Amino acid sequence: MTLHTLNRPPSDRALLDDCIAALVADDTLLLLEDGVYCALAGLELPAGVRCVALAADVAARGIGDRLATGIEVVDDIGFVELCCHHSRVASWF
Amino acid sequence: MNFSLLVYAAPHSRQAAETAYRFAVAALAQGHGIHRVFFYGDGVHNGSALASPPQDECDLPARWQALAKEHELDLVVCIAAAVRRGVLDANEARRYEKPGHNLREGFELSGLGQLAEAAIHSDRLITFGA
Repeated sequence: MTLHTLNRPPSDRALLDDCIAALVADDTLLLLEDGVYCALAGLELPAGVRCVALAADVAARGIGDRLATGIEVVDDIGFVELCCHHSRVASWF
Repeated sequence: MNFSLLVYAAPHSRQAAETAYRFAVAALAQGHGIHRVFFYGDGVHNGSALASPPQDECDLPARWQALAKEHELDLVVCIAAAVRRGVLDANEARRYEKPGHNLREGFELSGLGQLAEAAIHSDRLITFGA
C-alpha cells in the first residue's frame, strides 16, 4: 500500500503517465497543489486505486464543483492520516 | 507516528514549501512527532533570516522558526545546497570570507547524512517536491 502524491498539472503529461504506471491495487493517489487540476477530467487509474484531492488546493483554485466523479476531497488532517495508513509515501513532482 | 519532511521548494516560488508547513502543523496537532525537517535544493531559502515578504503575505521562514521553537523541531538545511545559494551561517561566512551571514536562528546547516539518518529513524519520510 503506497500513497502517491502528485503536485503538477495534467499538462505535465509525462509525469502523470509515469505516476499512473506506478500505481497498483490498494494504492492511493493524492492530488495536491496544481495536481488538483488532474481531478477535473478524471483519470484512468488501475482497479483498486483510490483518488483523493487536497481540500485547500481545490478551494484555492475554485474547482470544487467541477471534480470528476469518484474523487474524494481530504483536508490537511486527512493528508496526515493517509500517510499513516499507507506503509510508504512516494512523491511525484 | 514519527515523520520527517524533505522540502525542495523555496518560499514564494513553489507552493510545496507552504504545503510542507501545513502538513507539519496538521501532524503536530494530531499528536504525531516530527523527527526532522530537511531543506534541500532551493528549499534552503526557507532558512534565510533576510527574507522580507510584504506584511500581507505569508512569511514562511518566520513560521518555520516559530513552529520549531514551540515544538523543538530539528530544522536542517543542506550545507552544500545552502552555501552555493548564499545561505550561510557564521562559520561558512568566515570560511568563504563573506561579509555577512544569514542563516535564521532555529535552523542549522548540516550534510546529507542527516537526511539519511532521518529516513532510517522516521516511520515516514514525506517529500515536498518543487
